[in-house]
Amino acid sequence: MKIAIIQFPGSNCDQDCLRAFCDGIKAPAAYVWHKEASLSGYDAVVLPGGFSYGDYLRCGAIARFSPIMKAVVTSAGDGMPVLGVCNGFQILCEAGLLPGALIRNRDLTFVCQPVYLRLENNGTPFTHLGRPGQILKMPVAHGEGAYFAEPDALTRLNEKGQVIFRYVDRNGTASAAANPNGSLENIAGICNQHRNVLGMMPHPDRAWDDLLGSSDGRLLFASLVETFAAR
Amino acid sequence: MIAFLLMKLHVIVMPKRSVLDPQGVAVRNALRETGLDMVEQVRVGRFLELEFSREPDPAKLEAICRDLLSNPVIEDYVVERGG
Repeated sequence: MKIAIIQFPGSNCDQDCLRAFCDGIKAPAAYVWHKEASLSGYDAVVLPGGFSYGDYLRCGAIARFSPIMKAVVTSAGDGMPVLGVCNGFQILCEAGLLPGALIRNRDLTFVCQPVYLRLENNGTPFTHLGRPGQILKMPVAHGEGAYFAEPDALTRLNEKGQVIFRYVDRNGTASAAANPNGSLENIAGICNQHRNVLGMMPHPDRAWDDLLGSSDGRLLFASLVETFAAR
Repeated sequence: MIAFLLMKLHVIVMPKRSVLDPQGVAVRNALRETGLDMVEQVRVGRFLELEFSREPDPAKLEAICRDLLSNPVIEDYVVERGG
């Protein structure tokens, strides 16, 4: 099993993601430059955080047209697990692999702080080692992270159990005060209908060791590796 | 002479009415602060000026406006012929 960490010009969490796999859980991962056209030899993909193409036009709008994205879309369609963190989540929405969009934070400020998340659904390759209702702590760091979708799209997400993480307070309540960016229904992470594509604004790649303030992010990486171990 | 004239198109991208535009709210509040207290609403969009050496294919232009220059989930756009 080998994980591809895609590097776009302006990615800045690519190293965090690589470390999370290679050092955090001793799983093989390697960088793949965005100009590459193939993901052959890889079993899963991570689109890391950062400011791909300087966030020009809209966050993720230009990265979505990078050559590697054709392979990401095809592989996602074939069932390959794809994780998008922060800017990676924005790219997945722009590419149409996930519904909705991430817009400017409600308070217009860049939010950089630890948040609490409630795991809503553990039925994905990235969350199956968790249990629904489990509270995880990891940081967010973004200016455009308010999740938006039209009401009917939002209804579908809820009905099909595609909301994976919500922002909550430390007691697990999805309150307005616990919502750092104005996301609809406190949504912090969603998956596609086939459950193999997950996008989230918080950074598990910055929370895989107690030295970083939390090791709760390990859940995602360990779940992914376990998925392949079980095959 | 005519060969040196570039064809200009203006693309105006605006947030949809159903999408909260906190930037517009902040600008509106600033306008009110400066004495323009009758301003009801401000929405902030994006204006792009495109120059072409020849007429673009309308379908291709439409696709680019829809898929790259705007995000149909959150934005609407109009294309106007530039001066």
